[in-house]
Amino acid sequence: MKILVCISHVPDTTSKINFTENDTKFDTNGVQFVINPNDEFGLTRAMWFKEKQQANVTVVNVGGPETEPTLRKALAIGADSAIRVNTAAKDGFQVAKELAKVVQDGGYDLVIAGRESIDYNGGMVPGMLAGLTNANFVNNCISLEVDGNNAKAIREIDGGKETVSTALPLVIGGQKGLVEESDLRIPNMRGIMMARQKPLQVVEPVDAQAETDSVKFEKPAPKGAVKLVDADNVQELVDLLHNEAKVI
Amino acid sequence: MSVLVYTESESGKFKKTALEVASYAKAVADKMGTSVTAITFNADDTSVLGNHGVDKVLKVTNSQLESFNANAYASAIAQAVRNENAKVVIISSSADSKYLAPLLAVDLEAGYASNVVEAPSNTAPFTVKRTAFTNKAFNMTTINTDVKLVGVSKNAFRVVDNAVSATAEDFSPSIPELGVSVESVDKVTGKVTIADAEIVVSGGRGLKGPENWGMIEELADVLGAATACSKPVSDLGWRPHSEHVGQTGKPVASNLYIAVGISGAIQHLAGINASKVKVVINTDPEAPFFKAADYGIVGDAFEVVPKLIENLKTFKAQQ
Repeated sequence: MKILVCISHVPDTTSKINFTENDTKFDTNGVQFVINPNDEFGLTRAMWFKEKQQANVTVVNVGGPETEPTLRKALAIGADSAIRVNTAAKDGFQVAKELAKVVQDGGYDLVIAGRESIDYNGGMVPGMLAGLTNANFVNNCISLEVDGNNAKAIREIDGGKETVSTALPLVIGGQKGLVEESDLRIPNMRGIMMARQKPLQVVEPVDAQAETDSVKFEKPAPKGAVKLVDADNVQELVDLLHNEAKVI
Repeated sequence: MSVLVYTESESGKFKKTALEVASYAKAVADKMGTSVTAITFNADDTSVLGNHGVDKVLKVTNSQLESFNANAYASAIAQAVRNENAKVVIISSSADSKYLAPLLAVDLEAGYASNVVEAPSNTAPFTVKRTAFTNKAFNMTTINTDVKLVGVSKNAFRVVDNAVSATAEDFSPSIPELGVSVESVDKVTGKVTIADAEIVVSGGRGLKGPENWGMIEELADVLGAATACSKPVSDLGWRPHSEHVGQTGKPVASNLYIAVGISGAIQHLAGINASKVKVVINTDPEAPFFKAADYGIVGDAFEVVPKLIENLKTFKAQQ
């Protein structure tokens, strides 16, 4: 089985979110970039397929050279090879189109992507990639088993979960549950050393066009200070929620 | 040339988000000087849509579509868009809508903006405001394609009464290969889900153990709220994963979010930030949640929550 894991290169959760160039660009100054958390669950599940079912795992990112350390980290965790599509990510559609070319050229059976990135939160690349490559698609995937050409997955739905059966080729939008938080792997020294020798191929883009443009960013208005209620006067909270906040 | 909206139903009844997206579609249609067409799947009575600005309803009734299937629903909606020559397509941010949206976007070659929180500020170029960086910023985005797909955030656009007389007609799209088939559904019934809840009551590690969740459930019951929990609580196995809210868990966009014994790690706050009013109850006045909350009580949850339940019961009895 050939698996492609899509890796989004995102600011660490604790990063300060600021914008530059008239609020049109994300300010990367002092920001640490990491593997998108939803992708990391998928990458770890891919490692399981590699170890238990002899799958071959490639990781891919659409982005400039600055994303290579993130791909190297994925290699250190255990992926066999990496591909970087050498173009800036503009919108979900453009990224999906670039990835579709990688999928077609590489003949992957299973594509594991995160349900959304924690920066742009578009939640569209996995589904678009499935649509563009005529693969089956399971979103919000929290469990995945593959047996030959058949796959069984569980997806989270509003208020519960749903078990589905499908077949390869398959794209999933994965999230926590594919593996547990405690299963996530921190690269060890041996993994880091080995990652340096693993192939990281840079491919040129097909120059897919974006369908949307980011015009400007805004930060939410600063929040007022918390209104504290005395622990001995809980009724005041009920009154505030009813009369002031009008939520009960 | 109309605005087409997918209004979701469950067991034949419309969800509140269906009325939100219908109201949103009406706002867009007014800006563009056109009408609103809704598409429904196996919904019973569609007349309620007319109260919120829908002019025409395309009713799909098909036993093959009893369980949601992203391919089939996306294909049916795409066929409706082509039949109606719709230029703008509106959907919600439910798990199902977010599942079908990218497939629909590819089918229609439509640019797609998700998590949109306001009516478009401009329709040429079509410009919407969406959340990004997990609610830490807004992103003004233009959609440049002929057909535009807009996913509206939950609880961001108010349900607006706008009575028109909706006509209903049957619509029988061709159904493509499903690709994915449902084997079983495991859904809690009779309980408010986090996705649909107006109020969410959430517990953290400050509650000391799963045996103490009785008061969280009772508080939720009094308020008609859904229960949720922080990540450590689900990691420890005190509560099911399906209750975990935060960046890697379920997103919350309720009217009221009550956090009990949750310190407010940045990953937690990222997931619940879209809630309108936040209340925190915590013994530690330095807990970061107090910076994110609107109202707070510094105190022991084991004393404060039972009192709050009593006071709320009295309040509810008076209403």
